Amino acid sequence: MSDMKVLIFGGIYNNYLALEALLEAAEKEGVDQIYFLGDVGGFGPHPDKVFPYLRDTKNIFLMQGNYDHSIGNRLEDCACGYTDPRDNYFAQISYDYTLENTSDENKDFLKSFAPEFRRDWAGKRILMAHGSPRRVNEFLWESTSPVGFLDYILKASDSDVLFVTHTGIPWMREFRDGRKVVNVGAIGRPANNGKTTVDYVIVNTNTLDITLHELAYDHVRLASEMAAEGLPEPFVQTILTGWWTTCLEVLPARERARGIH
Amino acid sequence: MIEVDFRAVDRKDLPPPTLDFLHLDTLWLQVTGTLCNLACTHCFISCGPKNDSHPFMSLDDVRGAVESAAAMGVQEIYFTGGEPFMHPDIKEMIELCLEVAPLNILTNGILITPEMADWLAHKFKTAKYSLDLRVSLDGTTPKENDAIRGRKTFDKIIASVELLWNAGINPVITVTTCHADLSAVEGRMKFIELLAEHGITQPRMKFLSPFKIGREERRDQGYADYQRLVEGDLLEGEEHDLQCSSCRMVTAKGVWPCPILIEVPEARMGISLDDAAIPIKLDHPACYTCHVEGVSCRT
Repeated sequence: MSDMKVLIFGGIYNNYLALEALLEAAEKEGVDQIYFLGDVGGFGPHPDKVFPYLRDTKNIFLMQGNYDHSIGNRLEDCACGYTDPRDNYFAQISYDYTLENTSDENKDFLKSFAPEFRRDWAGKRILMAHGSPRRVNEFLWESTSPVGFLDYILKASDSDVLFVTHTGIPWMREFRDGRKVVNVGAIGRPANNGKTTVDYVIVNTNTLDITLHELAYDHVRLASEMAAEGLPEPFVQTILTGWWTTCLEVLPARERARGIH
Repeated sequence: MIEVDFRAVDRKDLPPPTLDFLHLDTLWLQVTGTLCNLACTHCFISCGPKNDSHPFMSLDDVRGAVESAAAMGVQEIYFTGGEPFMHPDIKEMIELCLEVAPLNILTNGILITPEMADWLAHKFKTAKYSLDLRVSLDGTTPKENDAIRGRKTFDKIIASVELLWNAGINPVITVTTCHADLSAVEGRMKFIELLAEHGITQPRMKFLSPFKIGREERRDQGYADYQRLVEGDLLEGEEHDLQCSSCRMVTAKGVWPCPILIEVPEARMGISLDDAAIPIKLDHPACYTCHVEGVSCRT
């Protein structure tokens, strides 16, 4: 069954309102399958509100991100891969909140998520991973993922088309021979571009046409719920403005310069 | 923080751990060797105006290393020295690297002219991959910084950071934490306030622990006998954090495992990158700092 419309997304970060809007968009688009590339928690409010959507949706495939591994195993931090104390400071606030407010049943559910997905679409070897095929919390940014390096990553992972998330900023790089690497972005928070929309990808498995999509959702409501939960004000600002205010140090120079903070 | 009392056992007779080479993610190039316009008291490789133990790399040296690294699927390239902007061919070197991969340049900033700042900003905006600069500063006051980096360097470094920022480049300010409290939250805030005073509203910072070798060994003190790694010390998964599992350093004199050890002759791995795609022994005391402090030379 190769001729399908498939939706791929990552990084919910507790944003159940964006997830709800995404599932409505999937319905409207007539999507056959949905792939989630990991990171249910972090950043947003009311962690447990995401889970019913994940449990009740048909034809959804769930992957474990670094956050899901940490929450599922009740670890002390998200293992997000940040190296700067300021990044880690804000990441830890999110993490502690998410760990405290995720039920045991949902924590255990996260442990059942798959480490990666492999498919054969149109005769191409498709690989979906959270950070990169070699490391769950590796950041693949557009400006620091050169063609030669991605060629190595594809060959080393026996794949022709690779989908990842983890960074939260979408991009796509296509090789002359048709191989592709796609970062699907995240639906949990905007992509540091001044837009309040979030991002996902739709794939035609017959033609392997891949399109990046922007998704609008009730971000004002999310922001007010975050504020009511006492989550840090900079997080709320990101939802309202589309600019990252925290976890900035991990950005390469190019991606950092696009933002205002 | 790792809480193990290494002194409890006699460690010096135990064999060092072996670290596999996973992949060449990071290519380091010692483009100006050990030649520098400054002679900082904390330098871990004794760089200075008169130290030519590693000479400048030629443009062909750089091209050769970059081509080999590209064939191996390199992810990123770093220039260091010495002071990279002393090199007469620096622009050509930057251009040929940016064709292949993102480039980070470690500099003290002092030699960057307004013309060079504009040229770098143009490359930053138009190159296919990221161009990043790291400017070293070792204090938030002239007194603090100049004690380490030399007389009047504070003002010159700040001027170059302003020059770059105004041209459109936002360098990462790199601080070696010789002044112990600089890496604490208050110390970091002082740097952010300093940068804000100079109009830099998107502060980017990196803090590095000093290595007790090179000139730093004379400034502070060397390593104690127990401060070395032995088999069994590495934590699970630590190989990914230790940069020497995924980087090599090329100088005009050959290939070394990492940027720290180029003045250790026994650490030299050969003439080409292919020679150096092999496991290494973590037998140098500086390896202890990377393990205990979690140091990575990457930005």
